[in-house]
Amino acid sequence: MQDVREALMQGRNSAGGTVRRPLSPHLQVYRPQITSTLSILHRITGVALSAGAILLSLWLAAAATSSGAFSVAQAIVGSVLGMIVLFGFTLALFYHFCNGIRHLLWDAGFGFDLPSVHRSGKAVVLAAAGLTVLAWLIGLVVL
Amino acid sequence: MAELTLPKNSRVTQGKTYKAEPGATRVKSFKVYRWNPDEDANPRADTYEIDLDKCGPMVLDALIKIKNEIDPTLTFRRSCREGICGSCAMNIDGTNTLACLKPIEEVKEAVNINPLPHMPVVKDLVPDLNQAYAQYRSIEPWLQAETPPPPDGERKQSVEERAELDGLWECILCFCCTTSCPSYWWNGDRYLGPAVLMAAYRWIADSRDEATGKRLDALEDPFKLYRCHTIMNCTQTCPKGLNPAKAIGKIKQMMAERQG
Repeated sequence: MQDVREALMQGRNSAGGTVRRPLSPHLQVYRPQITSTLSILHRITGVALSAGAILLSLWLAAAATSSGAFSVAQAIVGSVLGMIVLFGFTLALFYHFCNGIRHLLWDAGFGFDLPSVHRSGKAVVLAAAGLTVLAWLIGLVVL
Repeated sequence: MAELTLPKNSRVTQGKTYKAEPGATRVKSFKVYRWNPDEDANPRADTYEIDLDKCGPMVLDALIKIKNEIDPTLTFRRSCREGICGSCAMNIDGTNTLACLKPIEEVKEAVNINPLPHMPVVKDLVPDLNQAYAQYRSIEPWLQAETPPPPDGERKQSVEERAELDGLWECILCFCCTTSCPSYWWNGDRYLGPAVLMAAYRWIADSRDEATGKRLDALEDPFKLYRCHTIMNCTQTCPKGLNPAKAIGKIKQMMAERQG
């Protein structure tokens, strides 16, 4: 579909000739806000979780195939790179989960005033970090 | 579609520097976006050094001083200089606001001034708002009612009904919020944007208006309304302290409720 805004990119100069207008700077100049930063993080973690879900399915598929395949999968997960990816997956999961609750509250009509938005944003970041650390403590120390 | 970089003709180049006059004591630099349709060139950022001892307190005062005393070709919109007309909306120090309400001293380093983001530029700090105005017209921002008004006076509201409109009617349509919204940047051809959606809700929430169903029907669209992802940049930047995101949330709730 043609972008209707294209028509407004055509301007005129003083002589009556047509000129192509510039588009004003956006991402280049807009200062990162707590609002937009947490929002794009929600999008990024969502995409990362989709990719992570594929890895998770591969791990399950390996378990269903043979003990040999599963031990290879386990070795990959247990490697340094595997642990880093798994840590990222956990962090993305908890961030997306907590911020998802924040979105549910907004959709129910709560927490729209700016102080609440800032508070809930900080709470989501802290909760995601806390839950990630907790999950890894349980995984590495307790189990 | 999201295009994260600027088109080639829109990239900002280094411009001229206008030094402060000798003997100036409190010098502040203003880096201002310039583009002239009569020059076949990319936009550039000109730097103007101003002596704050000889300038009013607001960013608009500095712009007017530049235009009056240094460079009369500098083009920007301004009118009331007290935050009620919405003309001098622009991007100052990385966020959208009204130049007349933005104290210079709130900006620590050089003051970067750009037109409202992701808009076609007419000249310098003047963006083309025709798309936003057309979108505003599309929500039919006037009272609609089948019932005739009482023969002896105006349509009345209770105090509570009138209070529903507080925080909505104060919008001056400066479009700081709309042009702060990444969703509007990428989908502004079809997404109405926060200012226009808040204006739509102002009529939906009006107890005298009888076109609520029609208004909601018109917004029931994956793009017009639902490109709002509650990013909240709109509320964060509104120079009047209003809450467009909340108004949009209310519209979404009404949509959900009438689905039953």
